[in-house]
Amino acid sequence: MVQKEERLIVPDEWFRPKGKDSEEAESVVRPSLSYWKDAWHRLRKNKLAISGLIFLIVLTLFAIFGPIFSSHTVTGTDFPNQNKAPSAEHWFGTDEAGRDVFTRTWYGARISLFVGVMAALIDFFIGIIYGGISGYKGGRTDTLMMRIIEILYGLPHLLVVILLMVVMGASLTTIIIALTITGWVGMARIVRGQVLQIKNYEFVTASKSFGAKTPRIIRKNLLPNTMGPIIVQMTLTVPSAIFAEAFLSFLGLGIQTPFASWGVMANDALPVILSGYWWRLFFPAFFISMTMFAFNVLGDGMQDALDPKLRG
Amino acid sequence: MAVYIVKRFFMMIATILIIATLTFFLMHSIPGSPFDEERTSNPTIQANLEKFYKLDQPVTVQYVHYLKSIATFDFGPSIKKPNESVNSLLARGFPISFELGMITILVAVVSGIILGTFAALRHNGIIDYMAMAFAVVGISVPNFVLATLLIQQVAVTWQWLPPATWSSPLHMILPTLALATGPMAIIARLTRASMLEVLTQDYMKMARAKGLTPFRIVVRHALRNALMPVVTIMGTMLAGILTGTFVIEKIFAIPGMGKYFVESINNRDYPVIMGSTVFYSAFLVFMLFLVDSVYGFLDPRIKLHRKDGDV
Repeated sequence: MVQKEERLIVPDEWFRPKGKDSEEAESVVRPSLSYWKDAWHRLRKNKLAISGLIFLIVLTLFAIFGPIFSSHTVTGTDFPNQNKAPSAEHWFGTDEAGRDVFTRTWYGARISLFVGVMAALIDFFIGIIYGGISGYKGGRTDTLMMRIIEILYGLPHLLVVILLMVVMGASLTTIIIALTITGWVGMARIVRGQVLQIKNYEFVTASKSFGAKTPRIIRKNLLPNTMGPIIVQMTLTVPSAIFAEAFLSFLGLGIQTPFASWGVMANDALPVILSGYWWRLFFPAFFISMTMFAFNVLGDGMQDALDPKLRG
Repeated sequence: MAVYIVKRFFMMIATILIIATLTFFLMHSIPGSPFDEERTSNPTIQANLEKFYKLDQPVTVQYVHYLKSIATFDFGPSIKKPNESVNSLLARGFPISFELGMITILVAVVSGIILGTFAALRHNGIIDYMAMAFAVVGISVPNFVLATLLIQQVAVTWQWLPPATWSSPLHMILPTLALATGPMAIIARLTRASMLEVLTQDYMKMARAKGLTPFRIVVRHALRNALMPVVTIMGTMLAGILTGTFVIEKIFAIPGMGKYFVESINNRDYPVIMGSTVFYSAFLVFMLFLVDSVYGFLDPRIKLHRKDGDV
């Protein structure tokens, strides 16, 4: 009880309101942004990447709804109206069988976008499984898995794709299969590199010490943190798949006339460019190039935006 | 270093073996005999044909025979072109394709490096923006589209250059341009990016402090270090140029190997497809091996990493 009386008494006048300035110095100036929000903010400043994104959105809409605006079908022939220049009736002109180039262009867009996106998605799944296991397991498993990848990486991809197309026959499915058989390697390498780096970070150790099992660690700790480079790689896979499809169709190994793909349309236009039917080549060529351009600038922009080191 | 090269050499052999095996079994998985379409009425002729092409023997025997013939660079006869062997097609077509490829690489590398260097030196200037705009366009326009546009504009509308074939230096300009633009754009971008990084290094300040001429600084001190990434992608770029020759030769009617290859695809001439695939793959893998070895010599740091066995 005595001690209680001896307690240090602080007089009220010792208390002073803290200055307003020092209070604000501690406050958070910017709202805290998640990784993705922050990346989006930086991507938004990149005008070229955003115009690429807008082009792709518009293209997707046209690929879905474009044929509705046209009274022609994709394979419908109209023999009196062969190789007609663009007009009110045929906005992009007609081809050698009187098929409407406008309608065919949007069907071509469907095929190009479908091939590109499917190839990127399948690469993504195979790549994260293979690269994830290789990077996470490490040791001998990793060495063996990387040896296999090194050998596959040395293969000339387009040659293997050509070979596969010759054997499997030309169709949309076989193009996607052929492209992904050779394409997943790059993605697996990127995922493995990322996982190898991140798996030694403290938060993974923390997660492990709480008893998290391997699948959970891969799903909750590793994958979300490797997403940046993976998404960039996917965005850049799409244009190369689109190019490969057009290239194969151009060689006569892809989709065949009368069905439309940009590569087929460009190939069909080849014998007649000397006759001055410029629209036959111009529209497919323009849209292949623009789509690849849009995906490339978007991928570049995302690469910059998703790199935490470049955070301003 | 020697260990590294030997290792890469064995990997090259493994890759070629895999390609050869893959090609063989893929081609054999196609149902039916190559002579089905033009079935001769006479069964003896049919049997003799199959005997000549060794199609009457079991697959394993054929496979061993096939590996042997590849080891001796004999790719067998063509099925669709009588009196022609794959070797004679290669001997006729490959030099032309090789010429086209080499000129393309030369043009792409030289102009790509110059463009990238100037863009980096004038960072955020007009030259930089123009060069990079050109680079993005160059990467985005497929070579076969560029080729047809060039023919239409330069050869047909303006009539400045001949539209096809490979008979004089003038004829070579358009195909080379169509094939080189893409790789040139990639090299320009790479050179620019790594130049920008190199230019901020301390040894650049040192070089300037020593009072060296700007030319010497850029060429001896900056470019030398900045070109490493360009050497790295040479391998994949070669593959791109090589497959590019297929379409370019088709479009410009150049009688190179690419044209025969596309022809053999279209009329399903399996020995030619197999032979040229294996030949081209071996060629590419060998080039990749050369590039990697050169890289090891150029960058002394490689040795240290590779010695640990992590290749």
